[in-house]
Amino acid sequence: MNKMDSYITEDGRTIGAAVMEVKNITLKFGGVTAIKDISFDIRRGEIRAIIGPNGAGKTSMLNVINGFYHPQEGQINYQGQTRSKMKPYEAAVSGISRTFQNVALFAGMSTLDNIMAGRQLKMHKNFLWQMLRFGPAMDEEIENRKFCENIIDFLEIQAIRKTPVGQLPYGLQKRVELGRALAAEPSLLLLDEPMAGMNVEEKEDMSRFILDVNDQLGTTIALIEHDMGVVMDIADRVVVMDYGRKIADGYPADVQANQAVIDAYLGVAS
Amino acid sequence: MLYREAGQFKTTYKADNAIFPILQDRIAIIFYLAVAFIVIPLVGTDFFLKSMMTPFLIFALAAIGLNILVGYTGQISLGSGAFMGIGAYSCYKLVTLFPDANVILLIVLSGSFSAIIGMIFGLPSLRIKGFYLVVTTLAAQFFFEWVFINVPWLYNYNNSGAIEVPRRDVMNVIVTGPEATAVTQYLVVLSIVVVMTWVASNLIHGRIGRSWMMIRDMDIAAELMGVRPLFAKLSAFAVSSFYIGVSGAMLVFMWLGAAEAEPFDVNQSFLILFMVIIGGLGSLVGAFLGAAFIHMLPILMRATPGFFGFKANVTTVEHVSLMVVGGLIMFFLIKEPHGLARIIALFKQKLRVWPFPY
Amino acid sequence: MDLLYNIFVGPFVEMVTIPDFFMQVLWEGFVTGTLYSLIALGFVLIFKASGVFNFAQGIMVVFAALTLVGLYAAGVPAFIALILTIAVMGVLAFTVERLVLRHLVNQPDIILFMATIGLSYFLIGFGEFFFGGETKSMITEELGLPTGSTVFEPFGGLLILQHLDIAAVLIAGALVAGLAFFFSKTRIGRALRAVADDHQAALSVGISLNQIWAIVWFAAGIVALATGIMWGAKSDVSFALQIIALKALPVLILGGFTSIPGAIVGGLIVGFGEKLFEVYWGGLLGGGVEGWFAYVLALVFLMFRPQGLFGEKIIERV
Repeated sequence: MNKMDSYITEDGRTIGAAVMEVKNITLKFGGVTAIKDISFDIRRGEIRAIIGPNGAGKTSMLNVINGFYHPQEGQINYQGQTRSKMKPYEAAVSGISRTFQNVALFAGMSTLDNIMAGRQLKMHKNFLWQMLRFGPAMDEEIENRKFCENIIDFLEIQAIRKTPVGQLPYGLQKRVELGRALAAEPSLLLLDEPMAGMNVEEKEDMSRFILDVNDQLGTTIALIEHDMGVVMDIADRVVVMDYGRKIADGYPADVQANQAVIDAYLGVAS
Repeated sequence: MLYREAGQFKTTYKADNAIFPILQDRIAIIFYLAVAFIVIPLVGTDFFLKSMMTPFLIFALAAIGLNILVGYTGQISLGSGAFMGIGAYSCYKLVTLFPDANVILLIVLSGSFSAIIGMIFGLPSLRIKGFYLVVTTLAAQFFFEWVFINVPWLYNYNNSGAIEVPRRDVMNVIVTGPEATAVTQYLVVLSIVVVMTWVASNLIHGRIGRSWMMIRDMDIAAELMGVRPLFAKLSAFAVSSFYIGVSGAMLVFMWLGAAEAEPFDVNQSFLILFMVIIGGLGSLVGAFLGAAFIHMLPILMRATPGFFGFKANVTTVEHVSLMVVGGLIMFFLIKEPHGLARIIALFKQKLRVWPFPY
Repeated sequence: MDLLYNIFVGPFVEMVTIPDFFMQVLWEGFVTGTLYSLIALGFVLIFKASGVFNFAQGIMVVFAALTLVGLYAAGVPAFIALILTIAVMGVLAFTVERLVLRHLVNQPDIILFMATIGLSYFLIGFGEFFFGGETKSMITEELGLPTGSTVFEPFGGLLILQHLDIAAVLIAGALVAGLAFFFSKTRIGRALRAVADDHQAALSVGISLNQIWAIVWFAAGIVALATGIMWGAKSDVSFALQIIALKALPVLILGGFTSIPGAIVGGLIVGFGEKLFEVYWGGLLGGGVEGWFAYVLALVFLMFRPQGLFGEKIIERV
């Protein structure tokens, strides 16, 4: 189907035209090629999974989209603008938000502060008002606090809102990180292994949150994930990477049956 | 049971966001301010004010400044001595160039020179991270040590090479110079420090302080979240240097009365860093505690042998002081990297449940 | 116009027209550079093995010198004093590792750095308390180090090389060569390189970190002693010497924190640079620029190459 067409899924969500497109991206670190000539698109409102064996370059791909790594070749097309590389600030301002593989929370701050940190771009009151605090700066702070509290309610983490995140168990840290990413009201949410290290219940909770975010807020989500069950259940389309190359791209059922994908995961007998 | 906050419910976000949400803390801070502004000037001797309280407050302000940079933004700096000097010398030039201006205003203004230079020397922090930044600030430190001696314009071509504080009045009260009273100077310093501490606290609890802490904790994630490292780091350097500059100006104008380049050498940088570490990185209360500790320690140590009834010569006391300070730094960094502030916080925690053990 | 001439043309003209003086300056720079390299070497050793920037290296240099001089003054013959001092440095290193560093293993760099500053202050206080604060002179002759000087006459001019300086360069060279050999050819050297690369991996192949660290600190102690003797011979032993440790920072920036050849190159660059700048351009600024030149040089350098000459490029991962 043409990438400009929108369609309606079985469960009634509308998936729109491609909102993010990466074309012929090549990323090298010195002599090591992390990503070789990869192209794929992400449609508005969909949940796009990026899967592949370890070291395939999935996180590097997200880093390119974020603007943290700059590819040597290729282009990124986002919201109609084409660039050869993203700058982190531009990515953030244009509504790209993410979580990280190794939980990059601000360890010295509480849950609430971390989520408020996600609102940085929405807070504008200038330096002088900040020095005074009473007045416009405080009003802005409270307004944003309300927004963050909604997120806290949504993620069911009210009890830990004042706890320093360093003291939280891993599963809750991941949830707080999701909250922080949501606080920025992203149009594209990048999740890097959001369920790594979780048990079955935690995975179910996290899946539910991800689906709710996509369904209720209409957020487009790109998600790196190792758990095939999760991918098959919640993803609309899948990209498979191996050794920096794209080896499959399509609906979950098709990808699952693809021989190249099976070989990559199970290894080919030589 | 004294410190329980049970029963103190916050019903608005505004109340929850207050700096002192617990009633007992609010009472405590009013108490401290009352003691500082009213009791101490009435009761304290000139010696107490001039040798203990005034310098303590001055160093506390410097420690707050350095804490903003090191404790809240995570940028190491060994240049605080030089920045104090910049504040002091610019104040001297301002005061001698504008003899009729309000000297208190000039003291506060001189911080801006430190701020500007601080920002310049903070520019490398955008490329240079972590430990390497020490070199940048050391470059500033040693360069300005040289400037204070080799640029005679700074000390008005004085033969002695020193700056001497002239007498200045504000509203008919002598504020600086040899005739100013200890009480006047103490109260001026106290007022400036209280106001600036309040401003620092406001900045830290708001958006800007959060951006500093984000840079400290994980600057990559911060950048990906829209924090511009340029703004955040330079604002940290600017505010930090401003505070340190004002403290330097006060050091000369409100305490020493005269100075050469010596009080602004690299040893001073180390001392202020020690105040920040021992007091607690990332804590305003810690800045005060650390300043009190480092400043009072030599005085206490000098008094202790006499207290116990035997004499010790001055140099031995100096040496032992050094050992104690060095030993305590190591002790704190090993046992309690969050310093005295954390120890106090833990104590308050115990108070919450007292008389129960947990 | 005058100023431009003085900056861009004058000094070079001077260098060429008075070549013997130029060579003298170069030699002085070379000697100072060698001594800086020695100090930096001590830092590199410890940093390489344990990732700790041991700020206390400076005071250890002074401590070593003081112990040596103190022992000799107490009547111990020179060479025995030398051996005893090495032993003392070994004990000091061991104690520091046990009491301080061991407890700081996982802390960020800055905390470690500040802890070693604290250590430095402690050792200064202790040293002054124990040895007294007056300046002492190094027992140069008793150790068999040559005094006197040789005079050359290049280009019809005058060049004076102090024998002590020549000895310093040779000894430093020998130390560096010895350490380089040790690192690359022996079993323990290999283990050291493994530890420098990855502590966990080294542990997992059975290398005893504690043993390696003890050896490294010991080696650093010997380097400190050599440095102390050389510096002390040149400018007497006092506590002001420990500020020189700070000078090692620009050297390490230029040469990288983990590279032995880098420490040498860095030290020489700083040594040459300082001397040349001070002599030929210092007059324009009023003199005394040696205090900050190295730092500004390092600063400029860092802007272009944040990892130093020989350091590894830092690739950040998220």
